[in-house]
Amino acid sequence: MTFVLSNPWLHGLVFGAVLVSVLMALVAFITWFERKLAGRIQSRLGPTMVGPFGLLQPIADAVKAMQKDFIVPKDADRFLFWLAPPLTIAFALATAAVIPFSKDVLAANLDVGVLYALAFSGLLAFPTWVAGWASNNKYALLGGMRMVAQGISYEIPMVMAALVPVTLAGTLSMQGIVEYQVASGWIIATPVGAAAGLLFLTTALAEGNRIPFDIPEAESELVAGPTTEYNAIGWSIFAASEYAHSVITAAIVSALFLGGWDGWWNLPPLLWMVAKTGFVFLIVTWVRWSLLRFRSDQLMALCWKYLVPGALLLVLIAGIQVSVRG
Amino acid sequence: MAVAVEAVATAPVVPTKAFVPDPYLDLDTYEADADLMTLSLGPQHPSTHGVFRVVLYLDGEIIVKAVPHCGYLHRGVEKLCEKLAYSNITPVLDKNDYVAPMLNEQAANMAFEKLMGIEVPLRAKYLRTLLAELQRIASHLLWLGTFAMDLGGALGGGTSVFMYCFRERELILDVFEELTGCRFHYNTHHVGGNRHDIPPGWPKLVHEALDTIESRLEAYLVMLEHPIFVDRTKGVGTIDAQLALELGLSGPLLRASGVDHDLRRDAPYGVYDLLDVQVAVDGGGDCLARYKVRLAEIRESIRLSRLLIDNVPQGPLSATKPLNMVTQFKAAAGQVYVGIESPRGELGTWLIASKDKPTNPYRFKIRPPSLHAAAAVPYVFPGHTLSDAVAILGSLDPIMGEVDR
Amino acid sequence: MESPLTPYVPVAIVLFLAGAMAAAIPFIAGLLGPRSPSAVKSEIFEGGNPPIGSARQRFAVKFYVVALLFIVFDVEAVFLYPWAVNFQQLGWFGYATMAVFAATLVVALVYVWKKGALSWES
Repeated sequence: MTFVLSNPWLHGLVFGAVLVSVLMALVAFITWFERKLAGRIQSRLGPTMVGPFGLLQPIADAVKAMQKDFIVPKDADRFLFWLAPPLTIAFALATAAVIPFSKDVLAANLDVGVLYALAFSGLLAFPTWVAGWASNNKYALLGGMRMVAQGISYEIPMVMAALVPVTLAGTLSMQGIVEYQVASGWIIATPVGAAAGLLFLTTALAEGNRIPFDIPEAESELVAGPTTEYNAIGWSIFAASEYAHSVITAAIVSALFLGGWDGWWNLPPLLWMVAKTGFVFLIVTWVRWSLLRFRSDQLMALCWKYLVPGALLLVLIAGIQVSVRG
Repeated sequence: MAVAVEAVATAPVVPTKAFVPDPYLDLDTYEADADLMTLSLGPQHPSTHGVFRVVLYLDGEIIVKAVPHCGYLHRGVEKLCEKLAYSNITPVLDKNDYVAPMLNEQAANMAFEKLMGIEVPLRAKYLRTLLAELQRIASHLLWLGTFAMDLGGALGGGTSVFMYCFRERELILDVFEELTGCRFHYNTHHVGGNRHDIPPGWPKLVHEALDTIESRLEAYLVMLEHPIFVDRTKGVGTIDAQLALELGLSGPLLRASGVDHDLRRDAPYGVYDLLDVQVAVDGGGDCLARYKVRLAEIRESIRLSRLLIDNVPQGPLSATKPLNMVTQFKAAAGQVYVGIESPRGELGTWLIASKDKPTNPYRFKIRPPSLHAAAAVPYVFPGHTLSDAVAILGSLDPIMGEVDR
Repeated sequence: MESPLTPYVPVAIVLFLAGAMAAAIPFIAGLLGPRSPSAVKSEIFEGGNPPIGSARQRFAVKFYVVALLFIVFDVEAVFLYPWAVNFQQLGWFGYATMAVFAATLVVALVYVWKKGALSWES
């Protein structure tokens, strides 16, 4: 075991394989969870037919999607059209590499972990834009444009909100931030940390294209946004990567603000991390099924007029806090 | 007895945008930021409420011109009705405004009765008025659900509201099913009265349904206080009183623009003259005002339904025998117009009878309120974003079955 | 073994595995799924009508303004990171430097705001 942990190649291979496969399985389960929760919120049952409690529904969906004809629309850019869905899921999965699930369960302890995670989660806007452009469809093009505009705008307050835990902990490593929280209390427990955490979660909703910020997809306006022309497996991959992204963002929120794998009662740290991630995802889902959608210009105004200055202010306050502490 | 209708302030309509929409904009002379994008919204689109098609000319995200196209659901109903006997027309009309079929039946049959000089018994009048009010509740609930879906998407909070609204609407449909055996296409009105008498225990059922709906209405009012909902609807799609009158808007759309007009009060039919109908008016003229007016109307309809169900008099239900005999009803030459207040506005029936065809209408013309609502599209869409366009279309609530006929 | 790039080896492997997973799914689907393209199927969706004009056209300039803003602010945000990490060593002087820097950012934002680049309703 120690040999595996010390050898970077073996370490990467073992943890990477586990990470990718567990995440893919989790994404399937998460779709079931969200549908079930949405059903309960809307006073209905959600999936019940396939397997016990409808648990096998995601597998049935995947099999069905795989057996369908993947249609490439007329005059589409065939290469980019094919490329966009795999890129989204690859980026979403790659983000998870630096998330510490416990003291030892961590694929890569980068000293710039936070930057890495934010960079990859921000990259997600671009395959979506590629999909929108390659489809040769106006709805898709509009959706892609909105996605880029929204994705890059919200990345700024997101990066700044993440600066707060970095400033407090004095390190860019995700594991380092969690260890700082183990030693001196969760970041969410400080007022500035709580505000930053809320801001981060808000921007993460926007980055992950979730209601109330889902204007790129905007079913009622743009049919399905960038994925309008996608069907069969192409569409499924988009959906899966959206869920993967949500889960991973929830994990990042847990690690940066909620103390990561820190917990009480001698429960396994991994369990704490999973529980926290699940909790954040629950909030995200709950918000999604409760709120209406913003309009694109309101979204931009919210970002540039409130969130960006707010995030900057939070960073400065965090700086004062650290300076005073000495 | 008089329950106050939701307090609605009447304020002068102030246009919030300096931009003046021009439905006849010449695109060749328009100077856009970039290439104008021509986008066909519908007929196959999640939020065109059926098969409406609007061709949008977009400058970025802003609509500069909107051209509505209708006719995708044209079935030739009016012509068909001219071929049918008076007694056989009712079931055809159910499919017109498929959200409020009761009102379609009522409008046509009132016109027939007026033409033939048949006096409807009081019991049938009560029942018709009651059914109309219940249908109004169901129709507005469906509107609220679809409107929320337009604002919040098919996969999000919008669907939640939609599900709640359908849950409540289901209660009304259950009540109708108990009475007529059908959930949508009732065929319960006929010339001279009603076909289905009130079954035992039915008033209790109605009361229960109304109580449940009223208790849950509070939850919808919470929506009003939600900042996102207000942001999305306030000042969006403003129609001032003058434009509303010029376009021939009626019903909630007209009242939301500050014109105090309701056929139930101003030209009473059925037993509305015995009731004190409180008309909800709002001066806002925007999507928020239309939402407020419709919600106030649900409350008012609940109040009226309660009054009606407790006071249905005994007596015959029909002045004629409900047989579908072609020769049963004969009209002398003449013409009549009957307008009633449907959930969407003035639903009119214009009927001409000739000497040569005593058993059929010579000309049968429906004045659908939705057609006028759809005609407002080129006047309100320009200057708004695509997102707002969807919200506005939702608040105008055109039912394509009625627009295209 | 102790090269500074060593921690990146697992990242590279995760990237590779993610890419392989991403490539495998469409590949398997391609093997399983039927393939029968037709002219009607590959029609572009635009509300059920033949599309009017092309989807490949010049787009509104507002989006480019956002892109420019993003570059400015994102570079500045990333610039804050080394400062944040070394903040404890820099002390109040470092804080003052960064406050001035942040103030410049805010001034820029206010300028852009007043210029109307942030209002999307024309």
